[in-house]
Amino acid sequence: MIEKTSPQSGPRTGSFRIKLEPRLQEPPRWYPVAVSVGAIILALILGGIVIALSGGDPFRSYAHIARASFGNIGVISDTLVKATPILMTALACSIAFRMKLWNIGAEGQFIMGAFGASAVVLAPLLPAETPAWIFIPVMMLAGILMGALWGFIPGFLKARFNVNEIISTLMLNYISISWVNYWIFGVWSEGGFQMSPRFPKTSWLPRLLDYAESFPILRGLTTHAGLLIGILAAFVVWLLIYRSRWGYEIRLIGDNPQAARYAGIDISRNTILVMMVSGALAGLGGMSEISGVVHRLQTSPIAAGYGFTGIIVAWLAKLHPGVIIVVSVLFGALLLAGREIQPSGVPKMIQGIILVCLIASDFLLRYRIRIIRAGTEE
Amino acid sequence: MDPIIILQAGVATGTVLLFATIGEIFSERAGVLNLGVEGMMLIGAMSAFSVTISTGNPWLGVLVAMIFAGLISQIHAFITITLQADQVVSGLALTFLGTGISLVLGEGLSKAGTVSLLPNFSIPLLYRIPFIGPIFFENQSIMVYIGYLMIPLAWNYINRTRPGLHLRAVGEYPSAADALGINVFRMRYLYVFVGGMLAGLAGATISLAVAPGWFSELTTAGQGWIAIGLVIFAQWDPVRAAVGSYAFGALRRLILDIQGPLTLFGFDNPFYYNPYWGFFLQMLPYAFTVIVLVIGSREAIRKRLGAPAALGNPYIRGERGL
Repeated sequence: MIEKTSPQSGPRTGSFRIKLEPRLQEPPRWYPVAVSVGAIILALILGGIVIALSGGDPFRSYAHIARASFGNIGVISDTLVKATPILMTALACSIAFRMKLWNIGAEGQFIMGAFGASAVVLAPLLPAETPAWIFIPVMMLAGILMGALWGFIPGFLKARFNVNEIISTLMLNYISISWVNYWIFGVWSEGGFQMSPRFPKTSWLPRLLDYAESFPILRGLTTHAGLLIGILAAFVVWLLIYRSRWGYEIRLIGDNPQAARYAGIDISRNTILVMMVSGALAGLGGMSEISGVVHRLQTSPIAAGYGFTGIIVAWLAKLHPGVIIVVSVLFGALLLAGREIQPSGVPKMIQGIILVCLIASDFLLRYRIRIIRAGTEE
Repeated sequence: MDPIIILQAGVATGTVLLFATIGEIFSERAGVLNLGVEGMMLIGAMSAFSVTISTGNPWLGVLVAMIFAGLISQIHAFITITLQADQVVSGLALTFLGTGISLVLGEGLSKAGTVSLLPNFSIPLLYRIPFIGPIFFENQSIMVYIGYLMIPLAWNYINRTRPGLHLRAVGEYPSAADALGINVFRMRYLYVFVGGMLAGLAGATISLAVAPGWFSELTTAGQGWIAIGLVIFAQWDPVRAAVGSYAFGALRRLILDIQGPLTLFGFDNPFYYNPYWGFFLQMLPYAFTVIVLVIGSREAIRKRLGAPAALGNPYIRGERGL
């Protein structure tokens, strides 16, 4: 128990104490939501203070974020495009975090997924004139496989050698960037530029603007089928975690590994499996970004920190797949609008402040605060 | 590709890792895992560079870097010690926060020009020792020499002094320490602060001595995470931390130098003729970190050594357990 005594706050009220008591009953359902929203508002206020300190105008920054992300249908579509990769990486993180496996490597798994999907086009595993209905599934499969491989490595090291997965997944992030750089600088470089040639159209995920001929309202909208894949993936993750026997095992290991062991659940095997599924989801996200947005292999738009944003989104959504969809859209907006904000580090800083406030606010879910006047002691 | 130059530069580069690793050892010995090293190092590098540019005094820069990084670390301390939140998530958040704040406050610093750096000098007499002398004592930054002093001091403090004994007690068996009248909460806050200050010092060592300048996230390029890996390899021992840090420093320098010469051991240098093979060299420090972790974990199992017993767990008075 922590007890804090505040100093005298005036002769009338006398001294009072703030007393913290562990919550014994579940708080009402609205309470955690209110706490999270409160934490985000506090984070935005703190972020505004730092922006103001560094010479910016917080009100203009925030107004700009809102306008540039939800102002009209065009930017809403752009927001959804940004939300798609975040959705996938956040799902990837949520399934690993559920088992208390700290997969910080969604970034690298995302990059390797993008690499795998690109290799199908560039190696080439399939000729450029392959029809889309073969091309896209094969690219998805390649992305999933490369992501799963990149998740397997830390999973295996954790299960076999008890290697801390936080550090190994992080190191694999850096390795994946060098790996992709090797291919686009050396092997697949287009005329010495640091990018591969553009992919043939048959390898692109369909976008809304493809249907502009029949529905003129869709003209210029770049939202692509990756969003649907992501929402579908969220549903599958929900089924897996909450409606399957395996999901129950994962949750049990996460909540109480000792009990899981006594129940005969193979923790090593599940460690590897969960890391592979997590990597596969992130890898699928990398495929969707390559095939839906970038249309070529290039480091900067792929290694843009989606994996790290996914960690925050997963945490903010309390690891629930449905909530992840909503939160991803909000963070897509933050990233989209943040590109034009000066100084350029603002979105990253706000993400950091939000995460700090959220973690701190969890405290309010476990404890209740009572203010006790002196004299009315216990 | 002169081995002496590589080792000499390796010791300088390794000093960055040394400070960060010893800082994290103090924090973890007290039972608090702080994954925010990377963020605190960036805060340190940014503020040291910024203050030195505006005041011209690098020592003031170092001081501000240590204080700022130390203060940032107290956010982690508050969340994990007082609010008893998960140390892993909080440490990650600290890295995000430190990276973001240093990017915002460091905006424009990369074009700000040159600063007066920390001094380099040779140690009289010692630098004449063959082989050892030029590597360790010739024309090194003052930070490198501070690093030499810190290794025995840190080891001695942890293993041979009374406050060091209290530090270990707080990390191994906090309820026993509490029963002896040691203030577990205050000690943990203190050593998280020490860890933060040393991470800030590591950052300042980069931006004012080893690789002067501010290059946003690339200033540290994951060295904070390598430091956390080295703590496990070092088995929470400052002397082993020094060995690992200098070895990693030398590796970084070797990767830069190996791409220079036309021939390597009498053969055509493949890295010279295929420059993009260099990306595989760039992977090495990160791959080695993973390998070092495997070695560290295996050894820990074999020797029945391990992390401080209470590492990662909040201390809650009156609750059963450690």
